[in-house]
Amino acid sequence: MESRDGAAVALPTSVPLTRKYPWLGELARFGGGMVFLWPSIILFGAFIFYPLIKSVYLGFFVSDPFGRGQEFVGFDQYRQVLTSSEFRKSLLVTVLFAFYTVPTGLALGLVFALLANQRLRGALFFRTVFSSTIAASVAVAAVMWLMLLNPSAGIVNWALGQFDLPRVNWLTDPQWRESWDSGPALMAVSLTTIWLNIGFTTLILLAALQNIPDELYESARVDGASPWSILRHITLPMLSPALLFVVVISTIIAFQSFGQIHILTRGGPLDATDVIVYSIYSDAFINFEYGAAAVKAVALFLLVLTFTLVQFRFLERRVFYR
Amino acid sequence: MTLRTHYGRWLRVALTYAVLILGALLVLLPIYLAVVNSLLPKEDAISYPPKLFAPHPQWINFKKAMDAVPLGRYMFNSAVQAGVITIGQLVTSTLAAYAFAFMRFRFRNFLFILFLSTLMVPWEVTIVPNFQTVQLMGDKFGGYILSLDSYQALTIPFLASAFGTFLLRQHFLTIPLELRDAAAIDGYGHLRFLWHVVLPLSKPALGTLAVFSFLQSWNQYLWPLLVTNSDNYRTVQIGLAGLASQEIDSINVVMAGTVIALLPMLIIIVLFQRQLVRGLMSGALKG
Repeated sequence: MESRDGAAVALPTSVPLTRKYPWLGELARFGGGMVFLWPSIILFGAFIFYPLIKSVYLGFFVSDPFGRGQEFVGFDQYRQVLTSSEFRKSLLVTVLFAFYTVPTGLALGLVFALLANQRLRGALFFRTVFSSTIAASVAVAAVMWLMLLNPSAGIVNWALGQFDLPRVNWLTDPQWRESWDSGPALMAVSLTTIWLNIGFTTLILLAALQNIPDELYESARVDGASPWSILRHITLPMLSPALLFVVVISTIIAFQSFGQIHILTRGGPLDATDVIVYSIYSDAFINFEYGAAAVKAVALFLLVLTFTLVQFRFLERRVFYR
Repeated sequence: MTLRTHYGRWLRVALTYAVLILGALLVLLPIYLAVVNSLLPKEDAISYPPKLFAPHPQWINFKKAMDAVPLGRYMFNSAVQAGVITIGQLVTSTLAAYAFAFMRFRFRNFLFILFLSTLMVPWEVTIVPNFQTVQLMGDKFGGYILSLDSYQALTIPFLASAFGTFLLRQHFLTIPLELRDAAAIDGYGHLRFLWHVVLPLSKPALGTLAVFSFLQSWNQYLWPLLVTNSDNYRTVQIGLAGLASQEIDSINVVMAGTVIALLPMLIIIVLFQRQLVRGLMSGALKG
């Protein structure tokens, strides 16, 4: 009885034939697998692999301002777009944005998950509250923060006023100071994003925490370990696969952010929040420069790929798998 | 000694609660203020200091929001979009995960890695060619298959999911192979085994995938922004952004629209929080 061999069960009459021609059985098995796989393969091919290759191809052509004629320019457009000061600014803004949002989000999610996972009265309530922001869409979150960050009536500036701090024009000031590259607008977009992602991070870490077997904690307690050393030597190592997952996924999410920027700042003021995805959008769908947008899309793909591989390489060593 | 440890424990619990309550306040504050502002009269909603309560709720704001833009229609469109994508992903992911978990054929591992590699391609990277594909299909086939401003454009590109396939495969691998052998002896083919044995055993994983797919598609922004341009197909996210820029002077009305857009998802999350955590536990995140 070939246990995993579907063809032998499904097509019993073909047994003599397949004994004569072994490749027939193999073909039948492959066909059997394809029966289950073709919907996904066609969709991935049409909407992920084909467009990925076409993006690379589109980068070789310059479109006229009306998106009609296309002229082949080879690598010229890649060189031109990728070395432009505009793209360099976008790259910097994108990386800064990830730098603002990923570590903060991870730290908050970890603290919330660790505390809400304890055996306390009302723990379930807190778990629900902390996971609740995954219900908010990027549009809902951005419109809410539009209200909170309102320069004259928003609660953020009101809170700053309570500490005698000056009001900030969160969405319209490009820079804190002349010499700084980032400003309140990027901070505002980051705050919105951190809030939006808290739910996801906390939920993943809560699930991972509940997967840690109780016996580990009990034997540590019997050995007289302090809560601090239990955290350091049991909880965090056991949590490390989930932490790696959260870091990788939230970095990818950060590099893909668009909605909050479209609603809050439209890439402005003075390109202060013009992340790569936003500049792809404005190149392609406002200026109809498909070629330039495609070049940036390829660059974004390589950026995400590099970051993910680097994170895996450097963090995986610290990850403890069972 | 006992007194000291007892005191230390009490202090730790108090500190834990302090941080938990502070965190909960910060997380809930935006949602709370959105609700308060959705119930305030216009002049109170943009006043300084910000109002923290709405003693005389103005329910009319919700009607104003519904009148300013067809929010009901947008919600319906979003529900169709998210519903179709969710069902589609459940079907395609189940089939693919079954093949990867229970069948043996040439190139299986290669194909599985190919599936996983799609997770590395952000959707934003492919939007320009995908937009052109939809545009071209519309021009060629007159909108029968795929065209701009249609439910097909909102859903078809997302009907397969590598995440879903991976999640379900990991779960299917926990089902003992002896079950497959026993079913085969009873004359079950793959489809009957899948339907009568595997699916009933996989309800938690399927539920988790369903909630995630629904949330993710309901919350889409960039793609619906690009492919819809009439109220007939516009989703609630794009409608909400439109409401916010159209009624920029009436924060209360904008917040009423925001609450309407948020509420259905919030209810789903509160109801399914436990299942979500449980599904994630048994799912892809294990070691």
